[in-house]
Amino acid sequence: MAAVPTPASELPEVAVHTSEPPRLHPIGRLRELWGVREILGNLVRKEVKVKYTSSVLGALWSLLNPILYLAVFSLVFALVLPNRIPHFAVYLLSGLIAWNLFAATLGLAARSVVDNANLVTKVYFPREILPLASFGAASVDFVLQMVVLLAFMAAIRYPFLGWNLLLLPLSMLALFAFTVAMALWVAALNVRYRDTQHLLNIGLTLWFWLTPVVYPSGFVWNKLLVEHDAPALWNLFLANPMAVIVMGFQRALYVTPQPAGATTPVLPPVSLAWLAMVVGAVAVGSIVLAVLAWRTFFHMSGDFAEEL
Amino acid sequence: MTAADGMTAAVEIRGVGKRFKRYREKPATLKERLIRFRQTSEEFWALHDVTIDIAQGSTLGLIGPNGSGKTTLLKLIAGILRPTEGTISTRGRIAALLALGAGFHPELTGRENVYLNASILGLSRAETDRLFDAIVEFAELQEFIDTQVKFYSSGMYVRLGFAVAVHVDPAILLVDEVLAVGDIAFQRKCLDKVEAFQREGRTIVFVTHAPDLVMRICDQVVLLDHGRIRAQGPPQQVVRDFRLLMTRTDLAYGAEEGTKEVEIVSADVFGSNGEAREWFEPGDGMVIQLDLKANTPVEGPVVSFAIHDDQNQFVFGTNSDWRGVTWPLFEGKHRVQFVLGGLPMVDGRFYVTLGVHSRDARTVYHTMQQALAFDVVRGPENTGAVNIPVECRSERL
Repeated sequence: MAAVPTPASELPEVAVHTSEPPRLHPIGRLRELWGVREILGNLVRKEVKVKYTSSVLGALWSLLNPILYLAVFSLVFALVLPNRIPHFAVYLLSGLIAWNLFAATLGLAARSVVDNANLVTKVYFPREILPLASFGAASVDFVLQMVVLLAFMAAIRYPFLGWNLLLLPLSMLALFAFTVAMALWVAALNVRYRDTQHLLNIGLTLWFWLTPVVYPSGFVWNKLLVEHDAPALWNLFLANPMAVIVMGFQRALYVTPQPAGATTPVLPPVSLAWLAMVVGAVAVGSIVLAVLAWRTFFHMSGDFAEEL
Repeated sequence: MTAADGMTAAVEIRGVGKRFKRYREKPATLKERLIRFRQTSEEFWALHDVTIDIAQGSTLGLIGPNGSGKTTLLKLIAGILRPTEGTISTRGRIAALLALGAGFHPELTGRENVYLNASILGLSRAETDRLFDAIVEFAELQEFIDTQVKFYSSGMYVRLGFAVAVHVDPAILLVDEVLAVGDIAFQRKCLDKVEAFQREGRTIVFVTHAPDLVMRICDQVVLLDHGRIRAQGPPQQVVRDFRLLMTRTDLAYGAEEGTKEVEIVSADVFGSNGEAREWFEPGDGMVIQLDLKANTPVEGPVVSFAIHDDQNQFVFGTNSDWRGVTWPLFEGKHRVQFVLGGLPMVDGRFYVTLGVHSRDARTVYHTMQQALAFDVVRGPENTGAVNIPVECRSERL
């Protein structure tokens, strides 16, 4: 190790702290976050590891969970509660996987800063990493669930290859941006008001039933537009970004709006281009929302150590 | 960013203040906030108007009584807290050792925690890979590194935390009283590491309660009291001020007892010329003076004093009888002085317990536990446990 102090000119950048609340400069901040990406990786790894600690099967559960899920739903809806929707398990899972990422991220994110109080009050690091790690941990399950679903669809030779698949990356982009936006917001809010984490549970339950995961989105379309001729209500239904995102996933994977054997459409029989446009709009809106939420989070993060 | 003398400041603190809101009980929920809208918080300034330049490669000690704002200042430098006024500029990577093993997760193994903790403190995975063996060896945990941290003893936990912390490669190291952990051998090792950091030209900011350590390690010391800078400068001088401050604040919790047939009316310590003093240098003379009053005349009382150090170790004691002063019948008021020749203590805080009792020690007239306190502050020329007057000679042969 050199005993000679580094000349001033070679020293790294100067950090200045003032009484001004920190202002977000997204590009510079992204660079900073990139510099500490290993913290993110380690925190995600920690979350995943801790979740399955002291279990015999360990991380295998991440894979086993969606498989069992799929098996149970296939069985229940094929034998116990037969309905008029062919391949109901595929329909259900294609939307549920997206919803699960959203709900799991928010649940973890709400507690992320608060639960890491010992870290936040003792060490400086970009605080965004905490809710982002929640998102990362939930994403691990998301990826595994997606792999299981695609494998299952391939196994039963479900015809899902086609233009519809182009909706998948777009829907994912919208889902990720919207989830991160909400996660940042919920994490920051929960530091000041611990009510957030409790309200969140009931809020997510309500939100879940406003989103066409279990009931087919095509039924809603049919009821509102065909039976009642109420386009205003249909637009209101679409004002829920999660509804649009979930419909994007369903169209990408379940593919056919009205498969043979279904008396009413399972998915809204809109054109692929129209749906792509709506999902794209949600994606753009979510990215804007994410930057706004990031700004709020960043602004509030200067006082986290005091609030905890 | 260059200070007036051309030295580069690693940390520049300019007129910094920090105001906290203090809640009687923090209203953390919306309901509480609505009910007690704008009434419960009171504000207080943890720091006020603090300006310090910390030159690159220097070691700054922060001392002060509890609650004087030392840790707050450290957190401000680290960027964990935001100043309410003023600005702080820092140059280079900062590692803040505010709590060892912060962020250790009990369910993860030592190895996993090392990687997690190291990344939070700013080490890359590759760097951690390279340093891993050194970290484990420093922590002396080779056998337990793949055990979950929840099975560690508190000592093991702290050792691992420190081992990670000292292996990060900061330009500025902030240390908050963490050296007071672990066994003596481990503390030694930690101090060696801090000294190695100094040789490598890193900047260190160091919070401690131990004046001894400050004298040994720091180039410059800041004394904080109630959030304000009380003194700033070379260690010896500031430590002196610190001792003085502490003397004023924590003097004499003296428990009293006795029949009060003879009463200690007042007592004080002076320098050998009778000047009021609260600190002494090794070798200085000292006078312990008591004013006594007999409420009823008593026969042959004995006046005694005892000196204890801050660990309550008995250092020295004697009495009037042994020093050849007796009162066949003690009446009225008397002033008693014990004139001490050169103090042999080198450094520390000392407490004086005073007593008056009968010759057979069966009757205690009046005792005052730790009635007085004084400090001995060593100069740089004196090290060790006791002061030995030394004259150094040389002649050409």
